[in-house]
Amino acid sequence: MNELVRVTRVGKSFTLHNQGGVCLPVLGGVSFSVAAGESLVLHGPSGAGKSTLLRLLYGNYKCSEGKIEIFHQDRWVDIVSADPRDVLDVRRHTLSYVSQFLRVIPRVSALDIVKEPLVTRGMAPDMASKRAADMLARLNIPERLWSLAPATFSGGEQQRVNIARSFISVTPVMLLDEPTASLDAQNREVVISLIEEARKSGSALIGIFHDEQVRERASTRRIDIQSFTVAEAA
Amino acid sequence: MSDGLDLFRQSLQAASHPVLDVSGITRLYGERIGCADVNFRLWPGEVLGIVGESGSGKSTLLRCLAGLDQPTAGRVLLDDHGTMVDLHNLSEPQRRAVMRRALGIVHQNPRDGLRMDVSAGGNVGERLMDRGDRHYGKIRTSATEWLRRVEIDPARIDDLPRQFSGGMQQRLQIARVLVSEPRLVFMDEPTGGLDVSVQAKLLDLLRSLVRELNIAAVIVTHDLAVARLLTDRLMVMKDGAVIEQGLTDQVLDDPQHAYTQLLTSAVLS
Repeated sequence: MNELVRVTRVGKSFTLHNQGGVCLPVLGGVSFSVAAGESLVLHGPSGAGKSTLLRLLYGNYKCSEGKIEIFHQDRWVDIVSADPRDVLDVRRHTLSYVSQFLRVIPRVSALDIVKEPLVTRGMAPDMASKRAADMLARLNIPERLWSLAPATFSGGEQQRVNIARSFISVTPVMLLDEPTASLDAQNREVVISLIEEARKSGSALIGIFHDEQVRERASTRRIDIQSFTVAEAA
Repeated sequence: MSDGLDLFRQSLQAASHPVLDVSGITRLYGERIGCADVNFRLWPGEVLGIVGESGSGKSTLLRCLAGLDQPTAGRVLLDDHGTMVDLHNLSEPQRRAVMRRALGIVHQNPRDGLRMDVSAGGNVGERLMDRGDRHYGKIRTSATEWLRRVEIDPARIDDLPRQFSGGMQQRLQIARVLVSEPRLVFMDEPTGGLDVSVQAKLLDLLRSLVRELNIAAVIVTHDLAVARLLTDRLMVMKDGAVIEQGLTDQVLDDPQHAYTQLLTSAVLS
């Protein structure tokens, strides 16, 4: 199997220094791996640590223990111990995080937001614009909105702009944090097909999906996060 | 996927040495500590943020890094067109020459970075003359182009900076700094003192210029939103020392140190 992600005995606890130094253990002993063309769904109730795990994988949260290795270009990089500069390089080329929320940048148009990952990865701007337009159209964002900054868009429109930005340049490893939450049936269908296309093109996907139907269609395997949950009273 | 990706990868690998290599920088004011034992490296295209409350040593550190102040101890190596030079181990004229060639400084107050009695075009063109450009027509064309890039109407090229608003003065200062294409830029609270709508415009401008020109930058700010928007990495300072550093989003979303937790929890969002 062509593994792209290897997680070994990962643990995470939060220490709240300003609330009496209380320590909240969340996860312990998390181990699994994901191969190219696989889609792993993280299964478990709210509060079990699914989002925490996804953020650990992206390097957004700091691991308390363990290793998270991502196959980057031609070598394994441990996100936990790597230099920030190397983590940034992994994120630029190999690892992406798809959330349901768009981080709005003042004054930047929807089209520019969507094309940015392509430009960052070296594509000529007009080519990138064309691809961005196709992607926005596919996600049913009306053309009259493309040149506007999404700050004033509806929640659903912002979410779809974010998905367009995330899927315009598919990376070898993709982390999906409920990308279909609160989308209507038509757009959910589009996102499911984007996920399938990414997987079939050889990406390794790890995701959280609350909708059972989406979960069935978007994943090839599931793990129960509760087996790794560390909590005194969950 | 070969969307010019390989080309990008090559240019990244070509950058095999840092633009800035800082070790043990300490600045004492008598008994008092300005900043103590700061170490980091900055690579081409990277943007480093320095956050902390007033008096934490951010600006002192920046002044030492940019050659404006002499550290009590430590070393600042910076890339001067391919060779690493020891900034504080040069003669005064040599240091000035290196500063002119290799780095740019954006001050919080545009008055500190602009010549207020010289026209907008002169402020920008002067830097090109410093660099050795002599063709008046080309200098003026270049200055006009830069005014447009920072969204100042080129028709105002002959106006004095004091006739500009605060936001325009700040944009003019940015044009003056970037026109000579430094690979390393230091910014001290670049959006401080501007109202929120002007800030947004300036942030967007800085963000796109830094990426487009592949500039390495060190940005001092007390505004965590500015840090999140502009920087890749973050250093948190308290009482002159770096207490936490790492990826910007990690430091802000999962702060480890008590002080950083206090800082991030105090932000309204």
